[in-house]
Amino acid sequence: MTAPSLTLPRTVEEPPLLAPAAPADYLHGGGVRSWLLTRDHKRIAVMFLGATSLSLLLGGILALLLRVELLTPGPTIMSAGAYNRSFTMHGIVMVFMFMIPAIPTVFGNFLLPLMLGARDVAFPRLNLASFYVYLLGSAITLTSLVAGGADMGWTFYVPYSTTSPSAVANVAFGVFVLGLSSVMTGINFIVTVHTMRTAGLSWHRLPLFVWSLYGTSIIQVLATPVLGMSLLLVAADRLFGIGIFDPALGGDPLLFQHLFWFYSHPAVYIMILPAMGVISEVVCVYSRNPPASYRAIAYSSLGIALVGFLTWGHHLFVAGMSLFDGAVFGVLSMFVAVFSAIKVFTWTATLRRGSVSFETPMLYFFWFMFLFAFGGMTGVAVATSSLDIHWHDTYFVVAHFHFIMVGGTLTAYLAALHYWFPKFFGRRYNERWATIASVTVFVGFVLTFVPQFLLGNAGMPRRYYAYPPEFQWLNVLSTGGASILAAGMLLTLVELGYALAAGPRTERNPWGSRSYEWLSASPPPTENFENELVIARGPYDYHLPE
Amino acid sequence: MNELMRRLLFLPPQASGFARDFDYLHYAVITVSMLGVLAVALALLWFSFKYRRRTQTTDPARPRPEPLTHAQEFGTAFGLLALFVGFWCFGVRQYAVMQRVPPGGLLVYVTAKQWMWSFDYANGNRTNETLYVPTGRTVELAMTSRDVIHSFYVPAFRIKKDVIPGRTTSVWFSAVRPGVYPIFCAEYCGLDHSVMRGRVVALTPNEFAERFERTPRAPGGATHPLAEAELGGNGELTSLAARGERVAAARGCLRCHTLDGTPHLGPSWARLYGHEVPLESGAPVVADAAYLTESMMEPLAKVHRGFSPIMPTYRGILQPAETAALVELIRSLADAPIQPTAPLVSADAPAVTLPTALDGGIAP
Ligand code: HEC
Ligand SMILES: [Cu+2]
Repeated sequence: MTAPSLTLPRTVEEPPLLAPAAPADYLHGGGVRSWLLTRDHKRIAVMFLGATSLSLLLGGILALLLRVELLTPGPTIMSAGAYNRSFTMHGIVMVFMFMIPAIPTVFGNFLLPLMLGARDVAFPRLNLASFYVYLLGSAITLTSLVAGGADMGWTFYVPYSTTSPSAVANVAFGVFVLGLSSVMTGINFIVTVHTMRTAGLSWHRLPLFVWSLYGTSIIQVLATPVLGMSLLLVAADRLFGIGIFDPALGGDPLLFQHLFWFYSHPAVYIMILPAMGVISEVVCVYSRNPPASYRAIAYSSLGIALVGFLTWGHHLFVAGMSLFDGAVFGVLSMFVAVFSAIKVFTWTATLRRGSVSFETPMLYFFWFMFLFAFGGMTGVAVATSSLDIHWHDTYFVVAHFHFIMVGGTLTAYLAALHYWFPKFFGRRYNERWATIASVTVFVGFVLTFVPQFLLGNAGMPRRYYAYPPEFQWLNVLSTGGASILAAGMLLTLVELGYALAAGPRTERNPWGSRSYEWLSASPPPTENFENELVIARGPYDYHLPE
Repeated sequence: MNELMRRLLFLPPQASGFARDFDYLHYAVITVSMLGVLAVALALLWFSFKYRRRTQTTDPARPRPEPLTHAQEFGTAFGLLALFVGFWCFGVRQYAVMQRVPPGGLLVYVTAKQWMWSFDYANGNRTNETLYVPTGRTVELAMTSRDVIHSFYVPAFRIKKDVIPGRTTSVWFSAVRPGVYPIFCAEYCGLDHSVMRGRVVALTPNEFAERFERTPRAPGGATHPLAEAELGGNGELTSLAARGERVAAARGCLRCHTLDGTPHLGPSWARLYGHEVPLESGAPVVADAAYLTESMMEPLAKVHRGFSPIMPTYRGILQPAETAALVELIRSLADAPIQPTAPLVSADAPAVTLPTALDGGIAP
């Protein structure tokens, strides 16, 4: 047999293009492969945008199904088992696959190096790995759907989660892997902020979004391992009957709750701190003003990050906690509320003597302020130990944390999406349609969750498939609101999708921002800045010419 | 005013002694909160109107606004802290009221299981799903679970407490008005969590004594509200303490413990309940249902001073109903006269002959 003759493709020396006007932007060049293997933080951010948006869509569809089921006091469209599996998946997907990663991995990845005047993050390969670990974790989590679903709720409370006849272990492993991805991003960001700041960029010149990412990353790195460990123990209890948490085997079910909330309470701040960073940027740009107090915002982020570690016990007020513990966890929770309230006051004061305009991101700023203040104050209310006895595990708590997570994080996410849309894609969205979508989202949101506060007051426990008939009309109202909210989100999807395909091209800095990310072209070239950046002013110096 | 606020906030009726006080704090906290949110909203509206952008082209050079001063920042911070800590003080005071059970009330043992509540009374009555209580009297519930964590929630009483397997938690209330009040399970516990409901029926003290404390004579006789009560062979109700005695014998507790005040290998159960127990380590504790349960499930956690730590754990061995019966037995001996000369119960043979059916526990 004669060896086939191989003709190797010969590389052709292409002549360089004649003096390109500008270097190609990061979006163009290379095929699918070059995207999948990219180490460019901007491309990784865009891939994360795609992946987390899919998670949001999945979580949202589940939410709608749940709301439809709750239209009537008895069975409506699904069985009790299906309902339990759906709310579990809704929680898991929204918390671990959207809320926690969304803002850091999409906007953090894209903007952190740009805001630092850097070429990329400190560890570009780790960054790409974090994306694939996220995909892997999501995939493992979703295998539970194929395996018949998991029904322990996103809180995994033992001993139910260790005995439930459903695919709990898949989800536990999936969330463990997702946590890994989160730690990888966190470490990357911390090192990046410490080592990649360009000349002249001192800590007090960092954009506030960077501070919030920094605080978030610290929490992610410190707290996530505790969650990972607890979930592995749950899986071990299930698979090998070790009995760490199983009282029948001498284990302690309350230990799990302490471990779980030791992570999951700070996780609330993992979700809200980046959102606060976005809001700080947006309010300054659209009021053309520096923050009313840079230090107050920056240091309260750190304060929240640190004190947030000491409040987990307020989830256990009715679990047989001693009076002393109840008092201590209550007062520490109040401290966190003070830090958050300081931010609200500082953002409000930022408008003073500004030049305020009302583009879509600024509308989201207003929604954020209202919803976050409302949600935060109901947080103070539930931290008041005796009141929590009535509200704990009712719809009041459901409404409270949706005000913070959806009213806070989701509105900030939408603000970020519109504000940085020109930066990401070099195109403008349609202001009128975006405004309509934004108002719809707000109205839908309020209508969904205000009735839930009242349901909680009336005593309707959460995770209820069936409920007494007197709770029905408030539930119907809430479902109506959810449909409006869904319509608003759909409109946003269409409006931004259209802008992506056919929106008008934009100039480099359409909003007149003074923040450093706008110093590069929009969309930025692969290497971000043509020349090395030297920072000679602050990111909010609106009194200076650009 | 109270009634108006209660209706505005969709709160259930105030049917327990402390519900009204709780609600007052609720009104105060919510009103102040909403005023705070309103203030923020109005400030935002005012600023956005007053400082709206007037020229769409480049801004005229504006002076850099003064940042907030330290005095302003710290003033707001401490002002808010004072407000929030104020809420907290009231909250903790009420939380303490909830936590400390007033002595001398009616004790009912609650057993939760997927997906049902059952209630055991000292006189031997047992009911499922309906808890009968007299009005105007403290009712203490000593609760435990046979499987996963549940949470006992009566919105009209503003009480809620988790019910945890292997532990006894307690909660108390006194019903102010006769009526029927729903019980919900508030901690997600699986498939039928949302229908794990029950009701509290509060009766006037007379009616309660009349219909409830009387022992039913004949099982097939006139309809009794508590038809599910467990009856002995002769149609008599066996009191819970008597059942506790049978359990103690069957489970071998009486090899080490006595009922008459004589110390043996373990402390006597007479005059234990409600009394202070000195411990090998740490401050003394008052023996209540939670402590007694912990002593059975985890004997080494708190060791009675002067006794050696030889008691085996009964975790996973004692059924919740047996635990309740034992606690009730010990409680019934709270004021027992001490007879130092009484003979010891034989250490190797149980004092009572037992039906073999007891081995699987006395409750289904
Ligand atoms: C082998 C002997 C032994 C047996 C059997 C035994 N105990 Fe004990 N028990 C002790 C000793 C010794 C103590 C004191 C040391 C301690 O607190 O652990 C004790 C303590 C207790 C206490 C705490 C009393 C106090 O004064 O602090 C309770 C309650 C109790 N036992 C209940 C039971 C019950 C119920 C059973 C049967 C199900 C049982 N014990 C079986 C030896 C025993
Ligand atoms: Cu339950």
